[in-house]
Amino acid sequence: MLQQIRTLLRYWPLIRSLVVRDLNARYRGSILGFFWSFINPLLLLFTYGLVFTVILPGRHSAQIEPYLLFFFCGILPWSWFSSSIAECSGVLLAGGNLIKKVLFPAEVLPVVAVLANLAQFLLGLPTLLLCLLWYGRIEPTLLLLPLPMLVQFLLTLGLGLFVSALTVHFRDIQSILGHLLHLWFFATPVLYFYGDIGGPVRQLLRFNPMTHVLVSYQQILFHGHFDHWRGLLLAFVAGLLSFAVGCLLFDRLRDTLAEEV
Amino acid sequence: MTTPAVVARDVAKVYRRFQHRNQFRTLKSAILTGSLLSDLAPEETFTALDGVSFEVEKGTTFGVIGENGSGKSTLLKLLAGITRPTRGSLHVDGRISALIELGAGFHPEISGRENVMINGIMLGLTRRQVEERFHEIVAFAELDRFIDAPVKTYSSGMYARLGFAVAINVDPEVLLIDEVLAVGDEAFTRKCLDKIGEFRRRGKTILIVTHSLGLVEKMCDEVLWLRRGRLEAQGDPKRVVDAYLTYVAGGEEKLLAQEHTPATGGETAPAPQAPPGESAAPQAYREGRWGGREVEVARVRLLDARGRERHVYVPGEPFAIALEVRADKPIDDFVFGIGLFAADGSSVYGTNTDIEGFVPQKLAGSAEVRFEIAALRLVEGTYLVDVAAHMRDGTPYDYHRGLYSFRVKSHVKDVGVHRPEHRWSFSGGVTLAAPVPRAELDLTED
Repeated sequence: MLQQIRTLLRYWPLIRSLVVRDLNARYRGSILGFFWSFINPLLLLFTYGLVFTVILPGRHSAQIEPYLLFFFCGILPWSWFSSSIAECSGVLLAGGNLIKKVLFPAEVLPVVAVLANLAQFLLGLPTLLLCLLWYGRIEPTLLLLPLPMLVQFLLTLGLGLFVSALTVHFRDIQSILGHLLHLWFFATPVLYFYGDIGGPVRQLLRFNPMTHVLVSYQQILFHGHFDHWRGLLLAFVAGLLSFAVGCLLFDRLRDTLAEEV
Repeated sequence: MTTPAVVARDVAKVYRRFQHRNQFRTLKSAILTGSLLSDLAPEETFTALDGVSFEVEKGTTFGVIGENGSGKSTLLKLLAGITRPTRGSLHVDGRISALIELGAGFHPEISGRENVMINGIMLGLTRRQVEERFHEIVAFAELDRFIDAPVKTYSSGMYARLGFAVAINVDPEVLLIDEVLAVGDEAFTRKCLDKIGEFRRRGKTILIVTHSLGLVEKMCDEVLWLRRGRLEAQGDPKRVVDAYLTYVAGGEEKLLAQEHTPATGGETAPAPQAPPGESAAPQAYREGRWGGREVEVARVRLLDARGRERHVYVPGEPFAIALEVRADKPIDDFVFGIGLFAADGSSVYGTNTDIEGFVPQKLAGSAEVRFEIAALRLVEGTYLVDVAAHMRDGTPYDYHRGLYSFRVKSHVKDVGVHRPEHRWSFSGGVTLAAPVPRAELDLTED
């Protein structure tokens, strides 16, 4: 794991360039270009807003009103997570040429995928902050924002490394991953309020580290008070574990990557 | 004290044979059979390289030839560190740049400029270094007008040119080239060759994998022939390439046939005692060995000043040809001869003991005969060696035609064959700056 961190630090200039390239290439050729990074979260919000306020006007507890703002606080980090994992699953196969033809530490590719999506997340933040400001909900807890981000980064990177290396050997993962992420989305309090859930379901949700990450975001951004320390610490431990396992598996499969992609 | 740039010891690489099977193998079956990370059954493997050992001296140009599927590219990938050997060890001293696929890693959507930056960093340069070399790279690729266009709009030639320009400007100590010079037009190929030539002059080590045997003969100091993953031959380019060609033409019988026609061979091919000018016309020059073997030339070595076997020399160096000869029955009619030929088969020099007036008296058992040249006054090129033992009337005992060769390397690109000891002098209204003093390659170092 330390070895891997050292490699990543050594290749930092390359990673940085690749992230920039990824962002540049993402909307290259489209008319709105980079603005898509700001527009995308708004469109997402619009879609869900339509569904949950007009088509299925549900009963939300008063604690998560205005609902759209609450949802926005959750969907932005969730997008970072799910897009990263989805991209990681294909990133080694897509970059096969690099791995086969250039001396190149393959873990750079999933790291770039996670970081590029982090950049997307950061680009979405100003929009979110503007919305929060509109509702007068900017609180000092905002300073804690880096904490759940760090935990989420570890979780995402670990899982990303794991998924990317394994997909090279089992292409099946690419097909099933979308569904798994969908399921995971509903098993994480993004659309609903964790505090509203009780009984055995709540017990189940507790085992999902992303639950604690999301609850932390929601408390920090939306509610303006933060008391989910234990949950976040738990998720942090899970994140470390995920990173360690991801590194281990990636290292184990490293030598076979150039031959299998 | 020079250490080899590349050392390979008993290198083997085993691939899985049926790659496509993996696509059908599912996660479930892997978990059920527990074969996720377990070793593969032997019948599922393919040995691409098998026990290959060799060394590449620093500053030499080293060619790798062989048929398709002989393991050439696998070897290069191992050297580049892209894959690891299944067995054995590989050591490369110094920074490597691998021209395995030009422009691998270019992103089609972004500009040539950005791709140069990223590709350069990928190949091991810092951002600042890429910036410093940027103009050189673009100029070399001849893409000034298109450098800000997305790479997807490039023609395949432009793409390859940019890839080559970046890779060559990484300024490696060891350059690996895999059959990449086939791309691009004539002019660009020549430019690439010039650049590679410049690398050679600067004492860098180059490994070329190619099907272009002409290129190998022209550029390489040493050649390795891989056949089905095994090292078939290694040594002087001319010799190895010819052996390879003979093999490819299915000409193994042909060689044997030549060996078994001593009488006619002796007559049609002039012995070294013939005056050089009359010697075989270039196109008639054929390698081979013939003779009755009453006297056998068992071993031939090309030796340097210290008596060590060597195949690359610099002009002016002492040089010797040592023949180990053997006669099972005592013989009193014998002549030893040698001949030197340029790569095109034209004669450089030929002599024998009879021409020079030695009178044979007795040869019995083993003996050594040495032909020594105090200073090898030849220009750069590959030279072939004939050696022979025959009767005074020319009837061959053991005639080796063109079976040995050596190379002369020089910084001075003078032309012809013979480089006489010479000097220039100038007087009157003429001034010339003295040439930059440049030591000839020192090959005597240990």
